[in-house]
Amino acid sequence: MNAHAMFDTAGPRAQRWIRIITVLSVLLILGLFALAYYQFYASGALAPSKWRTFTEPGTLRYLGTALKNTMLAAGVAGAAALPLGLLLALGRLSKVLPLRWLCTGIIELFRAVPVLLIIYVFMFALPAYGIEASTFAKLVIPITLCAAATLAEVFRAGVLALPRGQTEAGLSVGLTDGQTFRTIVLPQALRIVIPALVAQAVIVVKDTAFGYVVSYAELLQSGRVLIANTGDLVQTYLVVTIVYILVNMLISWGARALDRRMGRTGARGLSLAAPRRMGGIA
Amino acid sequence: MGVLFGNYLPELLSGLWVTVQITGVSFVGALILGTLLATCRISPIPPLRAAASVYVEIFRNVPLVALVVLVVYGLPEIGLNPGFLPGVMLATTSVGAAFACETLRTGANAVGAGQIEAARSIGLTFSGIMRDVVVPQAARSVIGPMVTLFIGILLSSSMAAVVGQADLTYTASLINNKEALGLITFAVAAAAYAAISLGAAGVGAAAEKKFRVLR
Repeated sequence: MNAHAMFDTAGPRAQRWIRIITVLSVLLILGLFALAYYQFYASGALAPSKWRTFTEPGTLRYLGTALKNTMLAAGVAGAAALPLGLLLALGRLSKVLPLRWLCTGIIELFRAVPVLLIIYVFMFALPAYGIEASTFAKLVIPITLCAAATLAEVFRAGVLALPRGQTEAGLSVGLTDGQTFRTIVLPQALRIVIPALVAQAVIVVKDTAFGYVVSYAELLQSGRVLIANTGDLVQTYLVVTIVYILVNMLISWGARALDRRMGRTGARGLSLAAPRRMGGIA
Repeated sequence: MGVLFGNYLPELLSGLWVTVQITGVSFVGALILGTLLATCRISPIPPLRAAASVYVEIFRNVPLVALVVLVVYGLPEIGLNPGFLPGVMLATTSVGAAFACETLRTGANAVGAGQIEAARSIGLTFSGIMRDVVVPQAARSVIGPMVTLFIGILLSSSMAAVVGQADLTYTASLINNKEALGLITFAVAAAAYAAISLGAAGVGAAAEKKFRVLR
């Protein structure tokens, strides 16, 4: 943080101002909360009967299964995207021109297109060619393709982030290009991208919410089914959304902890802010 | 191809227009709200710092699909009805702002503390430091991430399709339903997204080159 460098230690007058603004901002924040509370209260959304379903074991079991399905889809997509992304990255780094062009094309295509559009291709276009994917595949394959393209760029950034000297040293002790890459560059590159890879998992988890579109029973879709039975719309979507946020926060914290740990052990993790597909925002 | 452009060009263009509108409004909104959040996060006011951190933490981790559904279908239940398109824009802006905030904060922090100390030691005021030292450099280092943010918001605008708004993605599926054109409709939509993304990346690269600091 530059804050220390930027500000003088506050004098009496500045401190008074800081106190005044602090109080005002607390009031503002409380006011916003009160407003939100009032909206919920006045519309009857806070009535205990509207929330009772979340205390019933049946509902909780149902949501538990939904969470499991979310993790399953995210896990499969993530596990498939890792090797695919690595292959794409290697292809893009290759000296064989046609291979490099092909992989660059694939990476750029899937980074530039919304996941939803690819899901639609699997839902609406491919059946015309006799390709009928299962519900699970309709969700997981598009997520995998987009994630692999992003991961490819993370891997590539990792390789490019290694000092040139590593390659030069490998070559100068008589290793071939391939040996240098396999035994010196790749292991180190993989190590420094680990935190960035974990951070990418958040994007995959977020994308699984498209189960809502393909009717795969992950959290959001299960929430919709639950609402059809109970009618508790805001409550259910709110609960489901909070579960997503908590899961993703756990992953983000894990990624940051890894990053810090690796920073301490000397292998500086590739900055988590490294070029990430802001599809992350999806 | 002939059928597609012959019969459906107006629909494609209006879908594209919806996508551009969502992207434009959300990007500008995310920049404004993100700047506000970043200011709060580096301010010396503890509650504002905390509130902005919590906001960023929540909205960086929420799946946009879930948020769009919550805003568009959920808010009317508690007496707020943003409508479909504004609802999508609101959700996209909220999430984009969290990312914009982090980008701006990283950019501001990228300016070395030594430079700020130097600026202070020659007697520049706080606003002088901001105007002449921090912002010009931070703005440059932020161009790249901002392009990434723009592309992210462009891709995220496809969430409109989830709630049945005829953006580019939804229009492609609509045309595909009426006319079995197979992959071609989606390929055209994909090409449009790619063209806008590449265009944005090109503008960003040119801007970065133009404003590059020579060291």
